[in-house]
Amino acid sequence: MASLRTTLNKLGKLCSQSWRKSTVLRNPVCQGNLQICRHASAWKFVPDSPPESLGETTKMNLFQSLTNAMDIALGTDSTAVIFGEDVAFGGVFRCTVGLADKYGKDRVFNTPLCEQGIVGFGIGMASVGATAIAEIQFADYIYPAFDQIVNEAAKFRYRCGNIFDVGGLTIRTPWGAVGHGALYHSQCPEAFFGHVPGIKVVIPRSPIQAKGLLLSCIRDKNPCIFFEPKVLYRAAVEQVPVQDYMLPLEQAEVIVEGSDVTLLAWGTQVHVMHEVAQLAQEKLGVSCEVIDLRTIVPWDSETICKSVQKTGRLLVAHEAPITGGFAGEIIATVQAECFLHLEAPIQRVCGYDTPFPHIFEPFYLPDKWRCLEAVKTMINY
Amino acid sequence: MASIRPVLSSVSRRCLQRFCISERNVKVLSIVRNLSVSHGVRQEMPSVNDDKPQFPGARSSFTEKLKFLDGTVYDPIPIYRVMNKMGKIIDADEDPGLDQTVVEKMYKCMTKLNGIDKILYESQRQGRISFYMTSYGEEGTHIGSAAAIDPRDMVYGQYREGGVLIWRGFPMDKMMNQCYGNNEDIGYGRQMPVHYGSKEHNFAAISSPLATQMPHAAGAAFALKRAGLDVCTVCYFGDGAASEGDAHAALNFAATLDAPCIFFCRNNGYAISTPTSEQYRGDGIACRGPAYGMSSVRVDGNDVFAVYNATKAAREMAVNESKPVLIEAMTYRTGHHSTSDDSSAYRSVDEVRYWDKEDHPIGRLRNYMVEKNWWSVEKEKAWMAEVKKEIMQEFEKAEKLKKPSPKYMMSDVFDKPSKRLIQQEQELRQHLKQYKEHYPTDKFDDL
Repeated sequence: MASLRTTLNKLGKLCSQSWRKSTVLRNPVCQGNLQICRHASAWKFVPDSPPESLGETTKMNLFQSLTNAMDIALGTDSTAVIFGEDVAFGGVFRCTVGLADKYGKDRVFNTPLCEQGIVGFGIGMASVGATAIAEIQFADYIYPAFDQIVNEAAKFRYRCGNIFDVGGLTIRTPWGAVGHGALYHSQCPEAFFGHVPGIKVVIPRSPIQAKGLLLSCIRDKNPCIFFEPKVLYRAAVEQVPVQDYMLPLEQAEVIVEGSDVTLLAWGTQVHVMHEVAQLAQEKLGVSCEVIDLRTIVPWDSETICKSVQKTGRLLVAHEAPITGGFAGEIIATVQAECFLHLEAPIQRVCGYDTPFPHIFEPFYLPDKWRCLEAVKTMINY
Repeated sequence: MASIRPVLSSVSRRCLQRFCISERNVKVLSIVRNLSVSHGVRQEMPSVNDDKPQFPGARSSFTEKLKFLDGTVYDPIPIYRVMNKMGKIIDADEDPGLDQTVVEKMYKCMTKLNGIDKILYESQRQGRISFYMTSYGEEGTHIGSAAAIDPRDMVYGQYREGGVLIWRGFPMDKMMNQCYGNNEDIGYGRQMPVHYGSKEHNFAAISSPLATQMPHAAGAAFALKRAGLDVCTVCYFGDGAASEGDAHAALNFAATLDAPCIFFCRNNGYAISTPTSEQYRGDGIACRGPAYGMSSVRVDGNDVFAVYNATKAAREMAVNESKPVLIEAMTYRTGHHSTSDDSSAYRSVDEVRYWDKEDHPIGRLRNYMVEKNWWSVEKEKAWMAEVKKEIMQEFEKAEKLKKPSPKYMMSDVFDKPSKRLIQQEQELRQHLKQYKEHYPTDKFDDL
């Protein structure tokens, strides 16, 4: 009994320390005490060099680049508003800091705690032509709004022959593993939405990408879901162009050119793939082409197929569970389009078909070692 | 200025001309209409000796006696009425004093809707359209409320509100075309019958999922208010839909965000087969309004003047004070739920007969008009013949038209088709070239 109490006390101390330093809410990046977290971030953020054409840059992390994008969106469109749970004081991930002060409480405001209401309210605003930027606090909590997204937002234009639409709606939500988020602060629900005609689903890998893609989503004439890899909010820092710029939706980006294997991912996993490409070169002498899909639906099969026709091998990796994951869709299409070019069965390295676990996260994620093994399998096939 | 254009382009042109919104007067109106959303107010803490409750969650007083608030003890919210079943005004002060032209329009719209219902219901029975839902018994709720709102007010309906469109001048051929899904239907036949929508008439397209339109109405009201327009939104829903989570969301959002929205509940006693006794245990829907901090009223839905008065007053509150209002109109669903339902399986014929013969909104208004000498047997006969002729003409016209080209199955998923969708359309074209005889292509426009 005494020993149990000691253990509990220790645990309590540990918890309170790590909570203070890095609560899931305030600071998603683990900073120390819990060794377990390091495994989850067993990847290095690979910054891009900002395109010179976009001019002056400043150092921003992911959440700052998102704030910057929303600042620009509100500044250039007087109908644009931002709303959701706790966005007024700056958001639990600091993405909307300062915007309520700058643009007023009728443009950046808190809603009651109700996801179906948030999305429904945004659809209503967009249905009369306003720009609605809704925040769902975690992608894990988007499901109460599933009906509003799938049955309403996605079908609004189609069902009335384009007399009404909700193109002004963008739903932003933190997404993906974070080291210790367990079942309800780690999910990657993009495949659920990949099955829904009428919405666009977009996931950035970096601050430069996040700003350009979010501005594209906000200004796109279709309802968009923008998933933000929350483990990158603070960890990803790079030089981001300060000007107003947009990056194209529905276009994948080849970020490393290679000749032997195509590695496809999105969000944080792109950085894992970067390392896999390096390891494959070093350990196996294999040249990998790394592609960031960026838009999940409608997805850019052309860029992927072109790459696979060159390399003859494809690995798709995502954090979400394997069965019904979006890799399945990509693989089915690629094998149909590139059958004669394929030199090995297409591999997918994904989360397992379990809920996302707390302490087992290091064993759950499709990390670089699992991905490297898949590359090896393809090369030796 | 450019940035406000999206809002402007989406509200009706009439709106634009009338308001000529500029950034500047939006700002002015913003102040007048109290746009601020209150948050971040810090409470000033009193001295320790102050014995009043200081909890942030409720403004209240302490009590030292344990007493639960009984959900059933208080008197139910009364049902506001203006005229009795015989069409007699009960309290002259409450008479809206509408002139003969308006009242006659009300009557004609109600009977026109009734006539369309009869023809389309029958046409479904004959397999000529796939589905239909009548509005029998609820015509008064549609017309009374539609007459009281501004034509610019955006309407978000459930599916049993065709009368609102008729009042607003939605052409009958568009109704027929929608039900037939022919090549004149603006929705390209994509939705089931009675899922009407019209940009011109500020009526958002109906969708089948219940109550989803309720938070839309709240959001749209908020956006229109921000655009500086003195309009509100009107959201219709049934007593059954009010049980959905979206109803809770909408009422709470509209209240906390000060959205000028009228929530109009048609409480007709049934949700398909489910009587209200299995739908809720409280005092109907109206009693929920105060729980959300919302002005609420219950009216006799078969009394078109009571509905009119309540809606008119609600609109004034919504627009002038920037707040939502809840109206519960008590009525009775005289018809079957839909053509897929036989209501005699769960309710008695006598019950239906009572409402149809003894307390019907059309009969009541007719009595009023006859009493005023505004209506007669001759006028009734002539009108009925005229409206029936029009309905039959439009019906036959709609039936003769072909269905739209199958290419419209593929458009409007996005503003522009995705590459994959273009590819899928080509696949369909190829397929139909080869297997044409297996598809009803003769009934459709060419691909």
